[in-house]
Amino acid sequence: MTNIVIDNIRKSFGPFQALKDVSLTINDGEFVSLLGPSGCGKTTLLRIIAGLETATSGDISIGGRSVIGLPPKDRGLAMVFQNYAVFPHMTVYENVAFGLRMQKADEARVRKQVEKAAGLLHIEPYLDRYPNKLSGGQRQRVAVARALAVEPGVLLMDEPLSNLDALLRLEMRTELKTVLQSAGTTTIYVTHDQTEAMGLSDRIAVVHDGRIEQVGTPVEIYNHPATRFVGGFIGNPPMNFITMPVLAGQVAIGSESFSVPTSSGDIVLGLRGETVERAPSGQGLEMQVRVAEPMGSHLLLTGSILDQPARVILPATETVRNGETVGLTLDAKRVTWLSPEDGVSYPAAA
Amino acid sequence: MSTARNAGFISARRLLLWSGIVALCAWVLVPIYLVALGALGGRSGVYQWPKTILPTNVSLQPFILFLKTEGVFQSFLNSLGAAGITVTLSILLGAPAGYALARYDFRGKDSFRLLVLLTRAFPLAILALPLTVSFIRLGLYDTVVGVGLIHTVLALPFAALVTQGIFLGVPRELEEAAWVFGCTRIQAFFKIVAPLALPGLVATAVFAFVISWNEVFAASVLTVRHRTLTAYLLTVLSESPMHYRFAGGLLLILPSVVFIFAVRRYLFAIWGISSK
Repeated sequence: MTNIVIDNIRKSFGPFQALKDVSLTINDGEFVSLLGPSGCGKTTLLRIIAGLETATSGDISIGGRSVIGLPPKDRGLAMVFQNYAVFPHMTVYENVAFGLRMQKADEARVRKQVEKAAGLLHIEPYLDRYPNKLSGGQRQRVAVARALAVEPGVLLMDEPLSNLDALLRLEMRTELKTVLQSAGTTTIYVTHDQTEAMGLSDRIAVVHDGRIEQVGTPVEIYNHPATRFVGGFIGNPPMNFITMPVLAGQVAIGSESFSVPTSSGDIVLGLRGETVERAPSGQGLEMQVRVAEPMGSHLLLTGSILDQPARVILPATETVRNGETVGLTLDAKRVTWLSPEDGVSYPAAA
Repeated sequence: MSTARNAGFISARRLLLWSGIVALCAWVLVPIYLVALGALGGRSGVYQWPKTILPTNVSLQPFILFLKTEGVFQSFLNSLGAAGITVTLSILLGAPAGYALARYDFRGKDSFRLLVLLTRAFPLAILALPLTVSFIRLGLYDTVVGVGLIHTVLALPFAALVTQGIFLGVPRELEEAAWVFGCTRIQAFFKIVAPLALPGLVATAVFAFVISWNEVFAASVLTVRHRTLTAYLLTVLSESPMHYRFAGGLLLILPSVVFIFAVRRYLFAIWGISSK
């Protein structure tokens, strides 16, 4: 059992609070991403788990054992670094074997493990080379193989793909998923790239300003963001937020009315751009289209709804002219209602 | 038309570049050449005017005589000893200081760096008398160890600041990776950092050696009988004929030139890093 329990971790750098009482439980064999913009504290949290940074307060246990105060080497984990951190004065073979050698594994086991990891990452042809003869993608494979070779209880990855070019990143992402699924290791993956987090993770923890805003499966987080930040950060285009008046627990949209979780005042409609359909003319939620961009696979409309900026996506088969007003039909199951005061969403309707 | 002007521009740049190179080379090489000419030309060659390009009646006799001079061999050993102490101490003390400066943030780090440099701000001439008195008291006066210690003082600031640059050049991530994969801090230093910093450390050592080897003033003041080569030659040669002085000078230049030539690549490397 190598579950990870993060309990009220706080980290201050002088007056600056990088992490504000973060708690998170990661189950055995689970792949969890820490997703957030740069400077949100996600890398700090990962480094605290690894033992490269000390928490100001709070507790972390790995496999039921508190690791606070233990040096990195005694925490039973492996890590993949953003800049690969492949040792330049060692061959690829020795790099992959490094962790095993430090564990004083016998030569037969070292060879077996190195060959297995090299096979998974397709780096067998380079085992005798030095890292300076490898491309960035190949170095990253070496770094992942080095981490997998020790068969760690926990694998930590700190933006492992961010230094690769876009094409290679996509390829490595798919490959990582296959490799890590077969390894079944508990993994924490730090990224600012939502597509990486969505594609790879069992669960995503969205980190913002030193706090975890929401933890959930990629689909949950996408469809029902817990806060305005999460909705705006995830999805491309980001979620639209439109403030509307509430009358007797109802919001009137076109000829329809939606019942909402508050009885009066204002409420914010969180609307994913691609969940709408075009309504027959003169009906639905009115959108003034400023620019219509045919993207091939879909039609992207930028404009305003109730004088608030909005972006929606219609099927490529629709035609809309710049300046036209279109009506949109909403799917009540796929909208999120948020409080206008604190930006927190109301629980999804059952 | 424009290509012709372009070509003219390029050749003007090349001319500038090459005249610069020639001037710099001449600045360094002409004095050495003149010393060599004086040393090889024998008694008459030194005073000959105009100078010939190649020395006339070449003779190695001054060199042989010079090497046979009483005390030269012993002072050569003294120089080696003092330089050895300088190299050992400035690496053993300077490299950890450089590592601490490169890797840790501590209160007073900048003042510390400044203080390290300030040790060079006191002219040795002012310190000479108090140093001599203290050395006599401590029994270090007129010993190779004493000279080695003073040379260490001269080389240490350089060693600490240059090794800081060298250690900064080894990415911190590599060390962290070593910790994660089973190393203690000490193991990570010797398995990862030290091998990668080695060329720079060797260059630093050689530079410390050259500082000690070339130093005359402190060595002359602090020794009487156990002189280093430079200090010994200064006294002996002032009473010798001109061509012996040149021969001695030439022989003194050689070790530094050879050493610096041997590690020139690493010197460029450490200067490149520390200028960041």
